Amino acid sequence: MFLDATDLQALLLTIRLALVVTLILFIVGTPIAWWLARTTSAWKGLVAAVVAMPLVLPPSVMGFYLLLAMGPDGPVGQLTQWLGLDPLPFTFAGLVVASVFYSLPFMVQPVQNAFEAIGSRPLEVAATLRASPLDRFFTIALPLARPGFLTAGVLTFAHTVGEFGVVLMIGGSLPGVTRVASVQIYDHVEALDYSQAHRLAAVMLVFSFTVLLALYAWRPLRKRVGS
Amino acid sequence: MTLIRARFQKDWPGFSLRTELELPARGVTALFGPSGSGKTTLLRCMAGLEVDPNGYFSFNNEVWQDGKQWLPTHKRALGYVFQEASLFSHLSVLDNLRYGQRRMSGIAQIDLQQAIDLLGIKPLLARHTSSLSGGERQRVAIARALAVSPKILLMDEPLAALDLARKQEVLPYLERLHDKLDIPIIYVSHSADEVARLADHLVVMEQGSVVASGPLQETLARVDLPIRLGEDSGVVLQATVAEHDKPWHLSRLDFAGGHVWVPDSGAAIGQSVRVRVLARDITLTTGLSEQQSALNHLQGRVDTLMPDEHPGLLLVRVLVGPTAFIARITKRSAAALGLQPASTVWLQIKSVALT
Repeated sequence: MFLDATDLQALLLTIRLALVVTLILFIVGTPIAWWLARTTSAWKGLVAAVVAMPLVLPPSVMGFYLLLAMGPDGPVGQLTQWLGLDPLPFTFAGLVVASVFYSLPFMVQPVQNAFEAIGSRPLEVAATLRASPLDRFFTIALPLARPGFLTAGVLTFAHTVGEFGVVLMIGGSLPGVTRVASVQIYDHVEALDYSQAHRLAAVMLVFSFTVLLALYAWRPLRKRVGS
Repeated sequence: MTLIRARFQKDWPGFSLRTELELPARGVTALFGPSGSGKTTLLRCMAGLEVDPNGYFSFNNEVWQDGKQWLPTHKRALGYVFQEASLFSHLSVLDNLRYGQRRMSGIAQIDLQQAIDLLGIKPLLARHTSSLSGGERQRVAIARALAVSPKILLMDEPLAALDLARKQEVLPYLERLHDKLDIPIIYVSHSADEVARLADHLVVMEQGSVVASGPLQETLARVDLPIRLGEDSGVVLQATVAEHDKPWHLSRLDFAGGHVWVPDSGAAIGQSVRVRVLARDITLTTGLSEQQSALNHLQGRVDTLMPDEHPGLLLVRVLVGPTAFIARITKRSAAALGLQPASTVWLQIKSVALT
């Protein structure tokens, strides 16, 4: 077979992680994006900066602080202890939490842009047509922002697939638990098993290219729909 | 008589709204004024789209806000038409119309079918909103606002974004609303033509304040207002078609105190029409010469003389029977004619516009 069992396991784990993270971020990121798009609060700048931090921060720095926070003496670690849960570091759950932070801007920013592009007029019109604020959000804002959600979903998924530094810090390399494709390739290279590394790397390369091609090929269509 | 009461006071950087109004809860009320005079802001306050927590708005004893309570827009029984049609681009024409209708509570005074018929949009229902022309879009937007069966219809310059041909396409539908619907309409406009054609009650605004409010004909005939109305100043008469002069293609329109001849517009005898006579189209003389081109001569009595904005000009209010006309003439002409209050003059009207 082209990929051996451990490679396949790593690949499936990667996809599972990316799906879970994307799903969580749709739920967590959308309210943040909505708030950022609509607020006139003085806190907007601060929140926007915090959300954008993972874009500029080295993943190892993020991973380091997340590790400290999740560790037995960190605030998150204390919380999980108090709740009677296992510590997060070196678990799949820990990886999910870390990835949610790491990929946050890739969800929030496209969705925020889409909400901002709608403007306030369609929502005002809906208000004069008896729609309550929640109703307006679900029947006007969400459908009109659909292209933004598509972009955000694809980017978040792809970015989570591509993460490495944070995973290494938080998750290490436990087969089937935290050893995602990028870590698996690193392990192959460290073991000087270049042919194994090649196969998995080629799969990742084709995947990433396909995702981006799909995203950019949709563009003209999305513009037409948006007009 | 039922009333709309509106009182709003709100400050923005560089602009203050200070209004206190009592409006008839029937017919079309025009909020008229130059851009920046606050008419759109006032309308948005009425709709709850601008929040003035201390403002007051009631409609037929139904209070929408009074300082203690404040109903959000979606709980106010209104219809609102924006300057741009603002149709929802993710919905079909029919789904746009149904959006509000589905959310409406209470008994429908106007059903969807009636709204569709009034605006003549049946052929458009299956189309996508992006394939409609500007005039069609605005007609759909008006029908959409009516489909919620509003108790009051607020319209913010619904024709301003349209070119002249599209305006002419939509205007007859607005007149139909006026004639067929029993709900009050508040209509924001900076076009004196539209106001003369549609309004029953006129509110003139300037710099966030109301400078005049009253029945259209009475308010337009006030001599202190034309200064503010400038080139648009003139009166509107309610007249009845009394006679057709077939060979010359003219119609005689009778109004209280006299009649005027206008080019035959096809209006039937007995039909009630509105005519607009601009102050700049009236010449005053003391005698009547034999040969001249003006078709319409009316004898009247000078009521008031008032200086116009330009130092060389004068506004003269002349009564023909009970009906007031306003003429804009030069001070020199007035002196040459020896015009005084109560002097008898002839009005020569160069053009009369049937609205």
